[in-house]
Amino acid sequence: MPRARLISRQWGSLAATAASIPITLLGLALVTFFIGRVVPIDPVLAVVGDRAPADVVARARVELGLDQPLPMQFWRYLTDIVTGNLGRSVMTSNPVWEDIARFFPATFELATLAIIIAAVLGIGLGVLAATRQGSWVDQAVRVFCLAGHSLPVFVLGLVSLLVFYAWLGWLPGPGRQGIVYQDMVEPVTGLLTLDAALANDWPAFWDAVLHLVQPAGILAFFSLAYIARMTRAFMLAELRSEYVTTARAKGLSNARIVWRHAFRNTLVPLVTVIFLTYAGLLEGAVLTETIFAWPGLGQYLTVSLLNADMNAVLGATLVVGLIYVVLNLFADLLYRLLDPRTR
Amino acid sequence: MTTRRTLLTGLGAASGAALSWNTVIRSAQAQTPPGVIVMAKQLDDLITLDPAESFEYTGAEISGNVYQRLVSTPNDDPARLIGDLAESWTAGDDAKTFTFRLKTGQKFASGKEATAEDVVYSLQRVVALNKSPAFIINQFGFNRGNMAQTIRATDPRTVVLTTAEPTATSFLLYCLSAAVGSIVEKATLSARVQGDDWGNGWLKTNSAGSGSYSIVSWRASEAVTLQANPNAAEAPATRRIIMRHVADPSAQLLGLQRGDYDIARNLASDQIKGVAGDSRYTVVTQRKAGVLYIAMNQKHPILSKPGVRQAIKMAIDYEGIQSNIVPSNYAVHQAFLPEGLPGALTEKPFKMDVAGAKRLLAEAGHPDGFECSFDFFSGAPVGDIAQAVQANLAAIGIRARMLPGEMRAVITKTRARGHELALLRWGSDYFDPHSNAEAFSMNPDNGDDARNKTLAWRSGWEIPELTARTLAAVKETDAEKRVDMYEQLQRDHQQQSPFAIMLQDVEVAVVRSGVRGFRIGVLNDRTEYASIAKA
Repeated sequence: MPRARLISRQWGSLAATAASIPITLLGLALVTFFIGRVVPIDPVLAVVGDRAPADVVARARVELGLDQPLPMQFWRYLTDIVTGNLGRSVMTSNPVWEDIARFFPATFELATLAIIIAAVLGIGLGVLAATRQGSWVDQAVRVFCLAGHSLPVFVLGLVSLLVFYAWLGWLPGPGRQGIVYQDMVEPVTGLLTLDAALANDWPAFWDAVLHLVQPAGILAFFSLAYIARMTRAFMLAELRSEYVTTARAKGLSNARIVWRHAFRNTLVPLVTVIFLTYAGLLEGAVLTETIFAWPGLGQYLTVSLLNADMNAVLGATLVVGLIYVVLNLFADLLYRLLDPRTR
Repeated sequence: MTTRRTLLTGLGAASGAALSWNTVIRSAQAQTPPGVIVMAKQLDDLITLDPAESFEYTGAEISGNVYQRLVSTPNDDPARLIGDLAESWTAGDDAKTFTFRLKTGQKFASGKEATAEDVVYSLQRVVALNKSPAFIINQFGFNRGNMAQTIRATDPRTVVLTTAEPTATSFLLYCLSAAVGSIVEKATLSARVQGDDWGNGWLKTNSAGSGSYSIVSWRASEAVTLQANPNAAEAPATRRIIMRHVADPSAQLLGLQRGDYDIARNLASDQIKGVAGDSRYTVVTQRKAGVLYIAMNQKHPILSKPGVRQAIKMAIDYEGIQSNIVPSNYAVHQAFLPEGLPGALTEKPFKMDVAGAKRLLAEAGHPDGFECSFDFFSGAPVGDIAQAVQANLAAIGIRARMLPGEMRAVITKTRARGHELALLRWGSDYFDPHSNAEAFSMNPDNGDDARNKTLAWRSGWEIPELTARTLAAVKETDAEKRVDMYEQLQRDHQQQSPFAIMLQDVEVAVVRSGVRGFRIGVLNDRTEYASIAKA
């Protein structure tokens, strides 16, 4: 295929992926909006409470536009989104964008650290188990992964708090920072560790890092269990391939066969697994955030949902959708880098 | 090869690393500093800090500590009215004109003295904004059109309120003592008005009060920080209160045990039991102005029969449910006015009597019982209580179909009169008996499009006689006679109503030893921080 045509095809494919973003988001907005309207909770209750007299309820209904027909309400919502207005959260009184800008960095910081730990350890354990299939190492890794899959997060979170916080006193308790550092670090990026480092406030930095250890460790444990199992499965398939037998026959070292040949071929499916896991973590791990009083997106979304705060629910859902779409796009780009056949 | 020297060097390095790691950890760990009280609490109900708008538990509690009102009630004698900003008050002969004389030297956090102009601005602001709690003030006939004449200052220390109808003084004063009656600083708010919002946009997250504390910051679902008002008439014992949102009760308990929190506000019954005898903690309890009850929709042909209603009330094992499921967080209570409110009735005419309940059902024409739906909030402990009630009803032949739901969904359904049986909670809006009397025993219009959708309306209970008596009680100007009227009203209500009132809320806080002076109020806006002190 001529090079120019190849490049044009690649760009065309990328453009098609990019064009799918607004369509995906539109679909997401549509589904979330209508689900939000059919749940058996009166959204006015969230605004005025249970006791408000009829005239206050009626006024709030008009102010929220709930007296309009559903298609009109959706159109109004869409036009607001396009102009960057996600509405105001009933729960926090802030514009939803402001809330998301404040809650998302907390989740981002937690999820990113968790996925780094999970990817490094998960891939390592997966490869180790695959290369020693059937041995006690393999069995141990499988039991470890099974535990990661089966132990409920609230159990693990509370046990971790009990052991490392209450008994041993090695790690701090719930929250993103200690009382003495509260309101001390000027938010710039919203990532507490980065903001503390930028402010040259190293005690606050270490405090933030220590507060991250437990929730990130627990999220990483769950994620690495999945990543390790998938890595093991992908690696076993590759190690049974004929090209591996050929490489062994040619006398290549085991490490070279495993890492340069077999592992490279597992990268494309592994990228999918890791990015999907990362997207899941960015969506917010509600139970972990609840146990560790972590003011993240998952907790925001859940509390908003329980309070029928529909602007917040819709805004946060759109952001979650956007995260999936963007990470999907990144994964697509990575495939092209990792595997020439996908270009 | 590993020699003894390399082994010792390795061990030395490892212990050094462990020691420095431990040092880093301990230095970074939070301990509550002197002069600061850290409270672990579920803060996710907090949606605004503007007292003219706030109507949730946490918002009311904060307002009570950040703002003064004209009058208040002390926690050690909650029925007694005392001046807060007001030094004295008089009622006119017509029972429509009320004159308040303000104290001198009451200062806002800004340092400016509170005047009659601030009081008038605050009350007019409530009327004009007309947010959820405004009805507490507006029910006296104030509105945007007449507020300039009915809420006015005659001099810098005198405020005159004119009600539309003759009003019991205690009724007006109790209503003014609610969080919505908080006095804000006019000068601060006027500078922050946007359009027609009376400064509401700014006051949602800030404060302009003359109470013991002012608000430093509120980060939703994270923390609220309060700072002592340097100009408060009585300086609070603690300079800073930090309320941290900790949703999980177990995490609250662990933080309390570690010393990171001084007060834990949302522990579960078993956790409270676990620390109750421990000398390191003090358990602070207070009956609250909230009741848990079963509503029976009178549009249901069977539930509308008086015998069936009584049978249901007799089927419930009140004591068993309280002692087995919620020993710390609820107390048995069977009247609509909870203990602690003026006019509260402590009589408990109902106890489980399966044979008697079955007999009543048979007399009502249902010897084999019947089937009906049962809505309830699925969260703990209400879900567990609902299951116990279902078992109690099953014992007399009533087959309750359980419909667990999210709290707002259950409320939405009962507001539309879509329930049959429902297990619900009701908290008093303000300190006066009328708050609950209006809800439980008034239904002036039973039509589907009624303006006033009281609890009686929601259960379709048509009660012209009780409605008239409730209206008479609220207008009674003789305070003692008024209390008698409410007590009699409740006795009749207990026997006739389609409500099986079962339990009263009990709030329990666990406080570390060395911390004293934390007092929980009957209403949330009465919970006091000013006297909390750390040894």
